Amino acid sequence: MNLHEYQAKEYFETYDLPVSRRSIIKKSSDIDEAVESIDFSNGCVAKVQSHTGGRGKVGGVKLCKSKVEVKEFVEQWLGKKIVTIQTDSDGLPVNIISLEELTDIDKELYMSFIVDRGEKCVSMIVSEAGGMNIEEVAEKTPEKILKAKLNSDYLIEEKEIKVLANSLNFNSEQTDQFSKIVSGCAKLFRDKDLSLLEINPLVIKTDGNLHCLDAKINVDENALYRQEDLLDKRDPTQEDQREYEAKENDLSYVSLDGNIGCMVNGAGLAMGTMDTIKLYDGEPANFLDVGGTATKERVSKAFKLILSDQNVKGILINIFGGIVRCDLIAQGIIDAIKERSVSVPIVVRLQGNKSEEGKLILNDSGLNLIGEDSLQEASKKIVELVK
Amino acid sequence: MSVLIDKTTKAIFQGFTGSQATMHAEQCIDYGTNVVGGVTPNKGGQEHLGKPVFNSVEEATKETAADTSVIFVPAKFTKSAIIEAAEAGINLIICITEGVPVLDMVDVVNVLKSHPEVRLIGPNCPGVISPGKAKLGIMPASIHLEGTVGIVSRSGTLTYEAVKQTTDAGLGQSTCIGIGGDPVNGTSFIDALEMFENDSQTESIVMVGEIGGSAEEEAAEYIRDNIKKPVVSYIAGVTAPKGKRMGHAGAIISGGKGTAQDKFKALESAGVGVVTDLNLIGSRLKESL
Repeated sequence: MNLHEYQAKEYFETYDLPVSRRSIIKKSSDIDEAVESIDFSNGCVAKVQSHTGGRGKVGGVKLCKSKVEVKEFVEQWLGKKIVTIQTDSDGLPVNIISLEELTDIDKELYMSFIVDRGEKCVSMIVSEAGGMNIEEVAEKTPEKILKAKLNSDYLIEEKEIKVLANSLNFNSEQTDQFSKIVSGCAKLFRDKDLSLLEINPLVIKTDGNLHCLDAKINVDENALYRQEDLLDKRDPTQEDQREYEAKENDLSYVSLDGNIGCMVNGAGLAMGTMDTIKLYDGEPANFLDVGGTATKERVSKAFKLILSDQNVKGILINIFGGIVRCDLIAQGIIDAIKERSVSVPIVVRLQGNKSEEGKLILNDSGLNLIGEDSLQEASKKIVELVK
Repeated sequence: MSVLIDKTTKAIFQGFTGSQATMHAEQCIDYGTNVVGGVTPNKGGQEHLGKPVFNSVEEATKETAADTSVIFVPAKFTKSAIIEAAEAGINLIICITEGVPVLDMVDVVNVLKSHPEVRLIGPNCPGVISPGKAKLGIMPASIHLEGTVGIVSRSGTLTYEAVKQTTDAGLGQSTCIGIGGDPVNGTSFIDALEMFENDSQTESIVMVGEIGGSAEEEAAEYIRDNIKKPVVSYIAGVTAPKGKRMGHAGAIISGGKGTAQDKFKALESAGVGVVTDLNLIGSRLKESL
């Protein structure tokens, strides 16, 4: 789950991380108050709040010298959609704009905290190449990427901090600030079950102080049960509507552009099914994992989700029963089809736990279902049927 | 020989009396696995599936000399369940539970550093089976056949695909290990590959990977330098869009890294027999033998 920048900065403040004062605009009548509540003597930076990077490149971050310019910015963006290099062609809705006090920047750096899969720990990455695409920096100038592992207490030892500070040419005052920022971020990361915390750029201001100019936070969805305050910050408008609905129903769903709906148990097999469809010249419409404990109700909801995509011209159901029993799935499929008067062709492949019973139930249903034993045949069949 | 589990394994289930654990423990027992009991706090002293229930893993290991534990407890209790098992002297911990917070796993990995004798499989995995000997997991027993292929996979249901194909090909399996789909887990591809290379029953290896992270690339390097047995590999997620988590917490292409294409490339250049068609795992393996 992602947070908006302004939400991330609220958490930053709680952890004594230096961020700019800011105000929030949710409707045009908020402008006056928003401008007045910050130091606007030299203007402000207006920033579109949506769950994407690359906002600046498309005009979503702008220096506004006057209230008129703020009004123009709000008019240009509020209620509209922002399309960036990171969004799809539809873009994301802009419902919030933040105004930030100006920062005089001397130098831009990069800092992030990530779950380091290889090292099985949390690692910090810092770089003198701030404000840029860090993946590109890592590829082209890997020597500019510095990495440090957090120990089991989520700390980086002082001498390692000093080494990093040296490489970044910090003076002693900046080194102290750096050390505080590192420990604040690390604590925030742990307390709030983050999967990513990124400050790009972390800047050195002209007065020499370090400052978090941007703030990006991703939260581990598996930990949301113990992060209720974060759960309240979820913004469904920033998520694909079907994906959001799926989550609400405890299903794992991702929208794609094709016309063959997929219902699969198991994330790996769901990907494998999409890949197989593609391999046989079809286009998958979605990723959908009905999960290990698929019940009739879940299968029925999965059907509803798939069919809410107007592009879907046929459905491939691929179930390999381990936890999940194929006879239950079969009954769920039948009930859902009856309930929703499904008209598109459906190919079902059942394997594993009680698959024979499942197939019997399907065949006895009198419904227009095509049963296949192999995924290969099932994929070929559905591709043919949607042509 | 097989790896990890066999007829001598003495297993307990943590979260024994829960509905999922009950269903699967029953199937494991039916398969002939030596299940010696289970743990459910506050239910110690009872009997379940004809086996004793204990309040703690420590009690269970004292009474039964169990060496292996299968964890079915809810995600929020998984961290403490794994640590409890490790501290009670369990050597092999197989964690089926999915949805464990990733920082809990970071903590677990840190604690396990002081228990080097403990091997953790998972979490978020289907478990381990050595066909004909022992089954500790949620895989459907019927598709397995005792044989010569070692299978290691990040995905449960994709493991079953590989199993079925190697069974249909008449090769069968020595041991199948589901290492799980989480970003931070216990046993890695490399650990499993090493075990298979050293196992006399295993004659060939299937490695099933998926998008996200660089475990497959690291495995490719390891295979090139250390594995003499033929390896066939499939990677799921060629059609997965960037930046989207594909079900498994670990299955996400971030910053253009961790794509299926990159993984296929790394494996191919390490001499692994890669299949881009999931349905051809069995036939490709036969060819490579």
